[in-house]
Amino acid sequence: MAELNVVALVSIGAHPASGRPRRAEQDARAVELGLGLKHVKLDVVHAGDPQEDALRAYLGMGLSALTVLEQTHETDALPALAEHLQMANAHLVLTGGQAETGEGSGMLPYLLAERLGWPLIAGLAEIEHIENGSAQVLQALPRGQRRRLKVRLPFVASVDQAAPAPRQSAFGPARRGMLTREEVELVDDPLYATAQWQPARPRPKRLKVIKAKTGAERMKAATAKASGGGGQVLAGVSPRDGAEAIFKLLHDEGVIR
Amino acid sequence: MTDLIRRDPRAEWIARNRLHPLHAAMQPQQTQWMGPNGLIRKNPHALASGFIGPAGIKRIDRSGAQQGTGKRQSTSVEVQSPLHVVEQPAFIIAVVPDMVGGRLGSHDKDVLGLARGLAGQDGAVMAVIFGEHKEQSFDTAGVDRLLQIDGDEYVGYSPEQRVLALRALESEYSPRHWLLPDSRTGGGELGRRLASSLGERPATRVWQIKDGQTLGRAGAGREDIGQATPRLILAAPECAEPVSETRHEVRQVTLSVHIPRNLPRIEDLGSVAVDPAQIPMAEAEFMLSGGNGIKDWDLFHRAAIALGATEGASRVAVDDGHMPRARQVGATGTWVTARVYLAVGISGAVQHLQGIGACEKVVAVNRDPNCDMVKRADLAVIGDAVEILQALIERVEAYRNGAKRDAA
Repeated sequence: MAELNVVALVSIGAHPASGRPRRAEQDARAVELGLGLKHVKLDVVHAGDPQEDALRAYLGMGLSALTVLEQTHETDALPALAEHLQMANAHLVLTGGQAETGEGSGMLPYLLAERLGWPLIAGLAEIEHIENGSAQVLQALPRGQRRRLKVRLPFVASVDQAAPAPRQSAFGPARRGMLTREEVELVDDPLYATAQWQPARPRPKRLKVIKAKTGAERMKAATAKASGGGGQVLAGVSPRDGAEAIFKLLHDEGVIR
Repeated sequence: MTDLIRRDPRAEWIARNRLHPLHAAMQPQQTQWMGPNGLIRKNPHALASGFIGPAGIKRIDRSGAQQGTGKRQSTSVEVQSPLHVVEQPAFIIAVVPDMVGGRLGSHDKDVLGLARGLAGQDGAVMAVIFGEHKEQSFDTAGVDRLLQIDGDEYVGYSPEQRVLALRALESEYSPRHWLLPDSRTGGGELGRRLASSLGERPATRVWQIKDGQTLGRAGAGREDIGQATPRLILAAPECAEPVSETRHEVRQVTLSVHIPRNLPRIEDLGSVAVDPAQIPMAEAEFMLSGGNGIKDWDLFHRAAIALGATEGASRVAVDDGHMPRARQVGATGTWVTARVYLAVGISGAVQHLQGIGACEKVVAVNRDPNCDMVKRADLAVIGDAVEILQALIERVEAYRNGAKRDAA
């Protein structure tokens, strides 16, 4: 089988506590997923500042080179990336779910897929196998569930938190790795001109509003125990009937698979 | 419900006025009378029933001078909030709720509340749902128009087809705003697909909309972006208060535009069996929890395997060494968010009930019909846990075998 071209798109992350630049958690998972695939040529691409030290953390995962499309912070990464992907003849594009810096809307994989006309898998957890021009993948669902999907190459996939954890970044390879710069056309992102950026305000806590008109009702609301509000009670039924009733509820709720 | 204490001065006046034609009817229930043998008979029950005094406290008047009609409390009536009707909406706010399990979740209701705020008096909130649903409270959640899109092509994972349907809605109704929950259960993905398909730049993780300004989290949550409210909004949980004071008409609407059908590029091969023991307890969807009432723990584990449920336990079961500490549910253990919680032999300590506060459906199996867990449960079966678990295992296995036979 011919070698597949896999492109992983990475960005600069920010440490959740200190805000220091680091490799982005989800993008590192995308790289890890790409490194785990057999018979592929992995190309890791970043659109941004090539001087950024945090980029070397990706090289430390065992990459020999990393392509940087040279951009400033306020430019739109989409046109440059789309053009690069078309030139690179990519079969599979892996991205993180959302960036840790900048807008972080999580729209990039969707817009790339739309622009390239490729299908998109959101929340990729695992690539089971790639055969005959189509891939069988597992998609991560909430509550630890998985869904198996089959999709034709080429496609774009954003990885989920459930994808394999990224390997540690080693210092030596990080220093030795090559950063290849590419000049691209700069397109300004209008959001930086129109929107106001401010430090995140803590969200107001939702209060339990008690719409009681009398003191007695307020007292009742303050002292009442949690109750489901008149559920069905089956007393004096045979175990078989009881089990049947439980089974019916579980089946209606769709938890019996 | 109004529990207001109301005196009826007129009835009291009639009861005092022996010349009034209704005087006899207004007399309190006779509490003592002369029996046939000349003995004075008393009805202690009528005396002790008393009446509710003006301060809302029960009063017993043994003097026999109790006046007015017996019950002065107005009967409790189900108060219906006023119906909000939008006959000719000036504009439409389209909401695509997640409908996890076929019902509106709390996130969906918050988004509908946000949509209600954007719609104001003239606009209408249109909820778009795919396939069947089990929801009965669309009216109190604030849905003016309901568009139900049915069809085989929307069954299972079909985001691309759903986007086509939403695009058809866009061309017919051209809603002023699109609102979707920014959730992992589908809304986040569908909203972003719709945004890229419509070419609209959405505001994501929006947590406040005020005076035409939208505030949403940016990056990893260290910054907020404030911008003029865009057409497409992906709203975070608790973005607004859910609708609570009005009812809405939930008028069914249909699409006259034909929805094109595309060949799905992503093939859904169905859900994969996940080992329920590997799912973190806090996010398990279906839990089987055991407590002091379980005498046969092997049977309990077999039941969990048969049902495909994540195991949990009450504090007593953990203290007795039947389950590991990490499996404890409740205020001192894990706060679970299961959609269906099956509690076997758990009577429901306050701490345990706190821990399952977020569960949607609670099923209790218990010997004691008066315990707190039975009061909390949506379905409670009173009986022996061992027998019921055994019957349940048999029933599930019969169902599984039946399904296999159908497939073969």
